Amino acid sequence: MDKKVLLIEDEPNIIEAVSFILSRDGWNVKTHSNGHDALDAVRNRQPDLIILDVMLPGKSGFDILQEIRADSELTQTPVLMLTARGQEKDRDMAEKAGASRYMTKPFSNAEVLEVVRSMVGL
Amino acid sequence: MPESLMIGTRIRERRVMNGIKQSDLARQVGISPSYLNLIEHNRRRIGGKTLLRLADALHVEPTLLSEGAEATLIAALREAASRQGKDGAELARSEEFAGRFPGWAHLLASLSRRVQDLERTVETLTDRLTHDPHLAASLHEVISTVTAIRSTSSILVETEALEPEWQSRFHRNINEESSRLAEGAEALVRYLEGAASIEAEIRSPQDEVQAFLAGNGFHFPALEGGVDETALEDILSQSDVLVSDAARRLARGTLSQYRADAHRLPLDDMLSVVAEHGPSPDRIVEAFGCGLPAAFRRLAALPEDAVGPVGLVSCDGSGTLIFRKPFSGFAMPRDAGACVLWPLFQVLVQPQVPVRALLRQAGRRGRDKVLALAVAEQVAPATFERPALLHAHMLLFPAGAEGGETPAREVGSSCRICPLRECPARREPSIMVDGF
Repeated sequence: MDKKVLLIEDEPNIIEAVSFILSRDGWNVKTHSNGHDALDAVRNRQPDLIILDVMLPGKSGFDILQEIRADSELTQTPVLMLTARGQEKDRDMAEKAGASRYMTKPFSNAEVLEVVRSMVGL
Repeated sequence: MPESLMIGTRIRERRVMNGIKQSDLARQVGISPSYLNLIEHNRRRIGGKTLLRLADALHVEPTLLSEGAEATLIAALREAASRQGKDGAELARSEEFAGRFPGWAHLLASLSRRVQDLERTVETLTDRLTHDPHLAASLHEVISTVTAIRSTSSILVETEALEPEWQSRFHRNINEESSRLAEGAEALVRYLEGAASIEAEIRSPQDEVQAFLAGNGFHFPALEGGVDETALEDILSQSDVLVSDAARRLARGTLSQYRADAHRLPLDDMLSVVAEHGPSPDRIVEAFGCGLPAAFRRLAALPEDAVGPVGLVSCDGSGTLIFRKPFSGFAMPRDAGACVLWPLFQVLVQPQVPVRALLRQAGRRGRDKVLALAVAEQVAPATFERPALLHAHMLLFPAGAEGGETPAREVGSSCRICPLRECPARREPSIMVDGF
């Protein structure tokens, strides 16, 4: 498998754990940890899949997602949103902003793998 | 007097309520229907016998027609009835009720108001719990650490033949995260315990520092007279008010500044300048060649018995209050949302121009005038990457003799609890104006 995933998350130990399980699963994992220039990172990396945390320093995940969807080259890129709150309001906001899937922290590793695989049709 | 309270209107209301035709009533009291019509529309004054006969025909006390019951009371009764839905209150007879049982009517109106107040308090508290930034931050912290721990630990358990480097790395991560989790959980427990007690304020690190400084009267004798760093650490370690690391770090910053100021503007010299010239920042600047902000901080750090009451409040460029030495007669909100009419914010716009103003805070008992001196300072220079960072400071004194006849600027503390009406600076409705 040569699929590239971009993980945008600010907690270093979550980055490390998720990167580890994804790369062991055969993914090419890139990470980015702040909100300001997340869109630039997406454009530069051209990932097959984006995992995007909602609470990021500098800019909220919802705003970043909107920018991603506004970019004609990125409208189809699958985006998995991560949030610490399972509230319906957040789920709605994620859907409106154009998230492909939505996952609530804390998640299990198996869940993450299953979801990201299904998102790129594996 | 509103028309509805005029005698003719009351007669008409009463007649309609009793379901009597105008012509029938006119005949009963022996006047022409057109004359009654003029009376009912308040176009003819009536009195004496006609009034008595009308009252008699309408089965009411004559005074109820001539004076009516207190308008506000009746309005309050109608409001109470409408708030409770159609539970059988005889709306049409409110005036009669108020007229015949004024005591009971007042009691009912005030109970209804009280219910309304309490409902609004409950709403406000619920609101606070939902939107409380400190609670949200603590919860987010806990969930983040739990996520990291869960993910990391299952890697350790589930990955076969995990390389030793990875293994020790993940062990270390778990260890790190679990101590963070412990701290987060502790903060939550403290918050929830606090929330249960009546006067509980949410203990953010800023609150802890505030309590710490207030507990010491904003004066630290151990930091006076060119002491070294260890004196400062002693104070921090001996405090049982500073619980969290964050609070200790904030307090360390404040105390370092204190120590530096105390070195530059020694206590004895300060006291003699104040004894000679009064608590004047300008004279202090002259005497020590320091800036106004240092003079402000030093005045606010002098023992109250030497200098009298001095308040100090500082903010950053976002308007968030970062330092508060309370001043009786001038309320300050806890972090953000202070009244934009304070000179404190004025000097952020013109940093080079200190402002001196007499203030009077709306809604304070006594409403003594307060003398406010404000100045801004640059705490980090501008670059092409970001603008200069400013802090503003506002020193508060009792206006004393100066207050006398001089007009003062009317300001608030924060919009939510400010009773000033028609204030162009208002950014949200007041719970005081609308009745909390």
